[in-house]
Amino acid sequence: MTTSQATRVPIVDYLVLEPEPHLRAHECVSCQARYFGRRNACANCSGTAFADVDVPTGGVLRTFTIVSYAPPPAEVPFVAAIVDCGGTTAAGKLLNITPAPENVVLGMALRLATYSLGEDASGVEAIGYGFEPADGETVEGGLA
Amino acid sequence: MSDDVWILGIHMTKFGKHPDKDVVDLASESVLGALADAGVTMRDIDVIGAGNLMGASAGIGQQVQKQVGQTGIPVYNVANACATGATALRVAYLEIKAGEADMGLAFGVEKLAGAGLLGGPRAASSDEGWTPRGRFGAVTGLEGQTGTSSMPGVFAQIGLDYAHRYGGADFELFARIAEKNHFHSTLNPLAAHQKPMSAAQIMADVMIAYPNTRPMCSANVDGAAAAVVVSGERLKSLPVEQQRRAVKISASVLTSDPWQEACQVLPDVSTLTKVAARKAYESAGVDPADLDLVELHDCFATAELIHYDNLLLCEEGGAADFFNSGATWRDGATPVNVSGGLESKGHPIAATGIANVYEVATHLRGEAGPRQIDGARVGLTHVIGLGNACAVHILERSAA
Repeated sequence: MTTSQATRVPIVDYLVLEPEPHLRAHECVSCQARYFGRRNACANCSGTAFADVDVPTGGVLRTFTIVSYAPPPAEVPFVAAIVDCGGTTAAGKLLNITPAPENVVLGMALRLATYSLGEDASGVEAIGYGFEPADGETVEGGLA
Repeated sequence: MSDDVWILGIHMTKFGKHPDKDVVDLASESVLGALADAGVTMRDIDVIGAGNLMGASAGIGQQVQKQVGQTGIPVYNVANACATGATALRVAYLEIKAGEADMGLAFGVEKLAGAGLLGGPRAASSDEGWTPRGRFGAVTGLEGQTGTSSMPGVFAQIGLDYAHRYGGADFELFARIAEKNHFHSTLNPLAAHQKPMSAAQIMADVMIAYPNTRPMCSANVDGAAAAVVVSGERLKSLPVEQQRRAVKISASVLTSDPWQEACQVLPDVSTLTKVAARKAYESAGVDPADLDLVELHDCFATAELIHYDNLLLCEEGGAADFFNSGATWRDGATPVNVSGGLESKGHPIAATGIANVYEVATHLRGEAGPRQIDGARVGLTHVIGLGNACAVHILERSAA
């Protein structure tokens, strides 16, 4: 990272901020199963070799819920979503959408977006991610 | 050994609020009740399987022995999320199957009244700086940031995933499932809630995680359940009346997740349930159409719908039509959760996997009173512990 970028950190290590924000999965070299967390071995084939792969930033909404009740500091209501990003499934909240059932349509096209969680005492800004409506445009990984 | 295993005695406490009783009181009440129902004493018991999820490191089995009878027998304290009670039962079952025991005791107990939302992840803040932690290198608590891992939210997503895939299910349908269970429990004096609620009332109640409102969520309550199980050979030595009331465990199956794409992103509670159900039907020689009643894990209304499909009660993708046909009401073709289920009877976690066996066994004995399913001969119980664990038991009435 350059000096200017060192003041930003992703909320999770599978969010890559540069050059453009995207998710990165660990793919099993043997069976191509994909995971977001740190691995000891593959849960499908027990292989221990993994390669990092970039996940498409576009996707379609597979399922969701609108969480109205959660302990602080979570801000409610929020739309929690499961998104199919070109065959890799990711979890994330929906951004730039009013959290009401009539606004969230199963199968809708989405694209990755980021937001700031604020700075800590040393001035480092944390960056979160979510998915926002793609408004009908064709997105990478999304179904047309 | 391939001898059959039978339920000789079974008991559950009233589910609800028991402010004056601790977990040992509740468990003891249920254990003594099951022993009395079986017509035996702790001197007859060869093994104990015990569960109390919230106190999983405290040795509930030995604590209860110290109140009801210390005889030096092996005790297995088990913890398997919401499948804890069913796992305790299966431990006793396996000891008999292995020829290590002739008679076993299993119990589960929980105190949850007023516990609020369970399974909510830890909170975190930027006070200590944005420091990556854990397997995802997270710099903060992830609830509300990368989605939800709250139980109502997870099961809401699971239900809407099914709705998305197959159609036919919406907020109102999920509410009508809860309406059914809240109606069923009006006939169950052991249920925590016994007031009927209309689908409209349920939809207008407090929203927890769309489409699950509060009465569509399992009720956090206090309670215990216990069972005495016995080998077929030992059963033959007991009085005819005890043999007549004995209920056969025709299948006992426990599964965990076979890996599926994305199962580590959104829990897949379907695959392991389907695997368990198929194995149970095959083991028991029972067809889903043979079932006279089913107690399944309706931890949320959205969960009940998908388990119609997972337990092969309907055609694949046909759960909404199956429910709309009226099949799962108590006067339908396959009554589901005539006890009121977790939504209305209540869900004291470790007790649940034995309480559902209590419900089915009580009907098979013809002792369910006003809520009796007439002529019940075969029933199925199912629990899911998120993580995941799935237990399915198939029970049959004694031929004696």
